[in-house]
Amino acid sequence: MTAITDKDLESVVIRFAGDSGDGMQLTGTQFTNATALHGNDLATFPDFPAEIRAPLGTLAGVSGFQIHFGSTQINTPGDQSDVLVAMNVAAFKVNIKNLKKGGVIILNSDGFDSKNLRLANVPEDQNPINDGSLTDYDVKLVDVTKITRAALADSGMTTKEIDRCKNMFVLGLVYWMYHRPIENTLEFLRTKFKKNEAVMNANIKVLNAGWNYGETTEMFANRYTIAPAKMESGVYRGIMGNQAAALGLISASVKSGLPLFYGTYPITPASDILHDLSKYKNFDIKTYQAEDEIAGICAAIGAAFGGHLAVTGSSGPGIALKGEAIGLATMLELPLVILNIQRAGPSTGMPTKTEQADLNQAMFGRNGECPVVVLAAQSPSDCFTLAYEACKIALQHMIPVFFLSDGYIANGAEPWKFPNSADLEPINVSFAKERAATDDKFMPYFRDEKLSRPWAIPGTKGLEHRIGGIEKQNVTGNISYDAANHELMTHLRQEKVDKVADFIPLQTIDSGEESGDLLLLGWGGTYGALRTATAQLIAEGYKVSHAQVRYINPFPKNLGEILGRFKTVVVPELNNGQLVKIIRDKYFVDAIPYNKIQGLPFMSHEVIAKIKQILD
Amino acid sequence: MTAVVEKLTPKDFSSDQEVRWCPGCGDYSILKQVQTILPDLGRPKEEFVFISGIGCSSRFPYYMDTFGMHSIHGRANAIATGLKATRPELSVWVISGDGDSMSIGGNHFIHMLRRNPDINLLVFNNQIYGLTKGQYSPTSEQGKVTKSTPMGSIDYPFNPIALSLGADGTFVARTMDRDPKHQQAMIRRAYDHQGTSLVEIYQNCNVFNDGAFEIYTEKSSKKEQTLMMEHGKPLVFGENNDKGIKLDGFKPIIVDLNDSSVNDLWIHDEEDLVKATILSRFYDDPAKGDHFPRPFGVFYVNNHKDTFDKLFNDQMAYAKEKLGKGDLDKLIAGKETWVVN
Ligand SMILES: Cc1ncc(C[n+]2csc(CCOP(=O)(O)OP(=O)(O)O)c2C)c(N)n1
Ligand code: SF4
Ligand SMILES: [Mg+2]
Repeated sequence: MTAITDKDLESVVIRFAGDSGDGMQLTGTQFTNATALHGNDLATFPDFPAEIRAPLGTLAGVSGFQIHFGSTQINTPGDQSDVLVAMNVAAFKVNIKNLKKGGVIILNSDGFDSKNLRLANVPEDQNPINDGSLTDYDVKLVDVTKITRAALADSGMTTKEIDRCKNMFVLGLVYWMYHRPIENTLEFLRTKFKKNEAVMNANIKVLNAGWNYGETTEMFANRYTIAPAKMESGVYRGIMGNQAAALGLISASVKSGLPLFYGTYPITPASDILHDLSKYKNFDIKTYQAEDEIAGICAAIGAAFGGHLAVTGSSGPGIALKGEAIGLATMLELPLVILNIQRAGPSTGMPTKTEQADLNQAMFGRNGECPVVVLAAQSPSDCFTLAYEACKIALQHMIPVFFLSDGYIANGAEPWKFPNSADLEPINVSFAKERAATDDKFMPYFRDEKLSRPWAIPGTKGLEHRIGGIEKQNVTGNISYDAANHELMTHLRQEKVDKVADFIPLQTIDSGEESGDLLLLGWGGTYGALRTATAQLIAEGYKVSHAQVRYINPFPKNLGEILGRFKTVVVPELNNGQLVKIIRDKYFVDAIPYNKIQGLPFMSHEVIAKIKQILD
Repeated sequence: MTAVVEKLTPKDFSSDQEVRWCPGCGDYSILKQVQTILPDLGRPKEEFVFISGIGCSSRFPYYMDTFGMHSIHGRANAIATGLKATRPELSVWVISGDGDSMSIGGNHFIHMLRRNPDINLLVFNNQIYGLTKGQYSPTSEQGKVTKSTPMGSIDYPFNPIALSLGADGTFVARTMDRDPKHQQAMIRRAYDHQGTSLVEIYQNCNVFNDGAFEIYTEKSSKKEQTLMMEHGKPLVFGENNDKGIKLDGFKPIIVDLNDSSVNDLWIHDEEDLVKATILSRFYDDPAKGDHFPRPFGVFYVNNHKDTFDKLFNDQMAYAKEKLGKGDLDKLIAGKETWVVN
């Protein structure tokens, strides 16, 4: 038997790809957890098809999961993969172009038969397994189906049931290759199949079979070790963006002492926030699946009127429907958090693909002058911080706040040094106090130093008052068509937003010097790619810095001053140029747009090439 | 509870805002009847909330000295559902128009009835868009000539009572602006019912659709053209209470009581959905020869369905009881953590 040698690697990108029924997302998630537990830094990118059950074996049905992990800091799921696991021809065909030359391909040979070739529109004589096209790669052909069936031959399960365990074989094998701990997956299987011992045992058996396959066949000359990353000391967990947003909302509810009401209507990629929140009723988290997005936000407005921490969430198409009600919340001057987990394109667009094209919608997408606060999370774990922040601002300023995320960070995962709840900034809220008949008349639009009005909830004696979407007289809140009053109120609503700048952190430079030749000014989920690109450019001697704006309306007070310290400002965005226009307009900076609109995140090598082109 | 609530008066419920409906508008009467009933309910003023959409009718909350919200067109039911779910102890009322409830807000209208939150929904049906100055509405009769339908509207109208029964409303009633006593009785019944109470109120828009309900409200024709339903009583109508409705199998027929006995008549049973459904279809154009009288009163009540707010909050309570109060730090940490030294 040839000896298997261990090789040290700094980082690896693996892409699991198969049919949507092959369980690749689960495989990827399990591998992610094991890798996190091993102490690597990591980033993931699930890439699933729009159709839940696309025809088996077709290109449309390919589901992928990419993980980038290492002993160094990992900012993105990786531009190209080092390893491709392909369960069938379609998965191979879709993903081979993103595999590095010389990379490892683990192929499930059963998925390359004539039927699969036909389904993937690949001519019989171009079967990649034997047409000689893969000489540049290190190909491992494994008959996953056959081995799985053999392992479970006397399990008493049907072939269909047995085939569902195939992904565990792959997982076991890859665990073996990368020295991952297997225990957390064993535990996962025990819990998941608690009620079906046969299935539990079958999965465990196949997982072990995969591991043993690596150990006993002579197919693999190497195993790889990736030392734990040198991360800031502390306690970590893995987190996905939508999960983090849900946790941020729950934390804000607990810290403010207000029950949370989430009014929404299912839509990709925002639904997981509803699924998550609906599990935590014992935290006083109330979820409401309304008949449409309009009803979702309107119910939330009703809950806000009643004194709840009110949140609504959707993606672009749903946000479009909510526009009029966001205007209402602005006129009512009630606290409301609006989550937009952006997806690609107008109308239905590309639901499962990512984009950042709803910034204009958040900033300007309503009738009349209707400014709201806009925040944008930059990474999966940042969704926690900014969802919390959105609630805090909404509650303390009596104002609607947009929280922007996108499909890429919503479904992406990373390690998170999570906070202690005691260390979260307090959220102090108070309702207007009851009044006796002898007190002065209650003035619902009387403003405090933040320009916010009192939160006077129904049920409080002496505070009876009417609010509504018709223009209000300042202070009294009575209907008013007075010309000067309308202008005053328009200015007040804008100033209220502007004042938030006094309460948010200053803009920082994320990497690079405080001044230099070029500033990459990003926002939202492009953070990781821009950070990686900047590090590379700096290493090559370029005087480049990177800043990521998380508070977009209002901007941090020092943003203009930072922009002035760079000879060139470039604004990379996954849209046709939205932040760049706001920056140009507000700061008179000749910022250069850099846009990608493919439903895909930036690759750091693309960013590097673009910046070099600008600078050289 | 021993706390004595001092008896309020209708005046206590009227705000300092000048009422701005056209003189002679049916909305005045509805405002008056609501302000008359509320003091009888024995609840402190601050517990009442009136939420409306947009339309002449939806101005209503401004005139009530209670908590109120004049929201956006068609959405009051959705807002009220959110408020009632989170603050079930409040008395929540929705004021809406035929357009507000059945065109732009049609979706929220049927879904609120289906969910059955304990909300009182008063729909002021004037069979016209009042606020926008007189276009036909989803309850306008076919052929209606309005500003937007100079050749007559081609749309078939909704039958609001049938629509509400179809959406599984648990309290469905009809009344009219010109009958204060009946209106008060219906509003009171709506309040007493636990669940969504729909009261369709025939309301005269004397500017854009004057006389739409004249035949039911004018003394000269009222007795002949209306059927005032009362639970447990036979369905009798006519100038001299000389006509009745009899059921021949599932087929209703009008009988002359001069040659037919009252004892053979259909006895109104509010809890019978099938019969309520038949009554809801007494919706013929009164201008046509042979037609049934238009029923007023409670068509249907279902007292056996839990309210949405109860179910919503029961689930919350059950989760808390079963899982205990949530531990935030545990939740943030999740199931798997690791330490980096
Ligand atoms: C989104 C929106 N579309 C249209 C309007 C214009 N509008 C206001 S009230 C109304 C119709 C009101 O009719 P109805 O609900 O029957 O109330 P009424 O005035 O008859 O009491 C319309 C179309 C609006 N305010 N908002
Ligand atoms: S337009 Fe008609 S409904 Fe509106 S206030 Fe005047 S009379 Fe009443
Ligand atoms: Mg109307």
